[in-house]
Amino acid sequence: MEFKAVLTTCPYCGCGCGMLLQVLDGKLVAVLPSKTAPVNQGKLCVKGWTVHEFVTSPKRLTTPLVRKDGTLRESSWDEALDMAAMRLREIKKEEGPDSIAIFASAKCTNEENYLLQKFCRVAIGTNNIDHCARL
Amino acid sequence: MSQKIRQYVHQLLSEGKIKAFLGLREENGHIMPHLFCEPQELEQISLGDRKEPGDARYPLNQLLIRLAREHPDDTFAVLTRGCDERGLKELFKWNQLNEERVVPVGVGCPDDLARACECEKPFPDCLIDGPQGQKADSEKVARIDGMDLEGRLKFWMGEFDRCIKCFGCRNVCPMCFCNECSIEEESLVGKGEIPPDNPTFHLIRAVHMVGRCIDCGLCEEACPADIPLRTLYKKVADIVSEELGYRTGYSIEEKSPFNIIGG
Repeated sequence: MEFKAVLTTCPYCGCGCGMLLQVLDGKLVAVLPSKTAPVNQGKLCVKGWTVHEFVTSPKRLTTPLVRKDGTLRESSWDEALDMAAMRLREIKKEEGPDSIAIFASAKCTNEENYLLQKFCRVAIGTNNIDHCARL
Repeated sequence: MSQKIRQYVHQLLSEGKIKAFLGLREENGHIMPHLFCEPQELEQISLGDRKEPGDARYPLNQLLIRLAREHPDDTFAVLTRGCDERGLKELFKWNQLNEERVVPVGVGCPDDLARACECEKPFPDCLIDGPQGQKADSEKVARIDGMDLEGRLKFWMGEFDRCIKCFGCRNVCPMCFCNECSIEEESLVGKGEIPPDNPTFHLIRAVHMVGRCIDCGLCEEACPADIPLRTLYKKVADIVSEELGYRTGYSIEEKSPFNIIGG
């Protein structure tokens, strides 16, 4: 028998609310707002309150998908990355770097977002970068 | 204050009277629920007081229900304030917990916490440590009762319209155990609207909690919009007490009139 309350930060937006993931016998079962987190002081929004649900959702992607003949099919990471790199290179060459935009995420770490904007500005050569957490 | 609690739980664990103790632990300045399975873990025990008494309370009975469903043959001790004990009594009657499998470990609340909660009984019968405090008067309900009907409606609509429909009041509630929830029923409450239909949304919950709400105040503490939910539910409890003579969480035998109506 094991019950754990794991203190972590909500992955949804840039606020960074403190939350406690409830793990019962190795299974993530629920979430509680942390009363001692200075940001949210025991409160959460509707997304934070349901954060545990997406982890085990059957709708969650577990492999990359590559569109072939108009249909999304599961692929390996190598195949998906090769395809993305090839098409980005082709589009940049044909239409110019400003024909490409990058959309970053609050679910990434600061470091990952830093790398993404660097990739966008230096490797692709455009300032077309935005993110999902405009609060 | 936690020394007596620690000793008592240590004894329960050592003698094998319980499988584990559901309480709170403090680590790196954070207080969180914890299932104490070994006596040596008890050094980390917390009573949920960080800056002020009781400012880091959690719905332990809600976690206990979840534990008991997975491990119905085990006996658990649980940290129990006055409100938690009222909750246990109701949860036994609503068949959500088995009385024989729960050992309450009682802690009384200090006067300033009892006053802030305007608590009817700020200590449990199973008191192990802490004061046996006095009943505190409910000035908040009296203040709203002092308004005329129009003023009262305006006050509550102003409060309710700040609702962002996070469902935190329902999610944190140690007495919410239904599989299907009225405030998510689309025929009653429209989906995707903020604020929700008011006052319907909040009154559905207020009425549904009759005979269940044990006035722990966790809903109000969880509300990002600072809606005075506790005052609302206290008023509903007053009406039920006056009209039907039932006070939630005080009797171990007498069932809530709504329990009986609901079958």
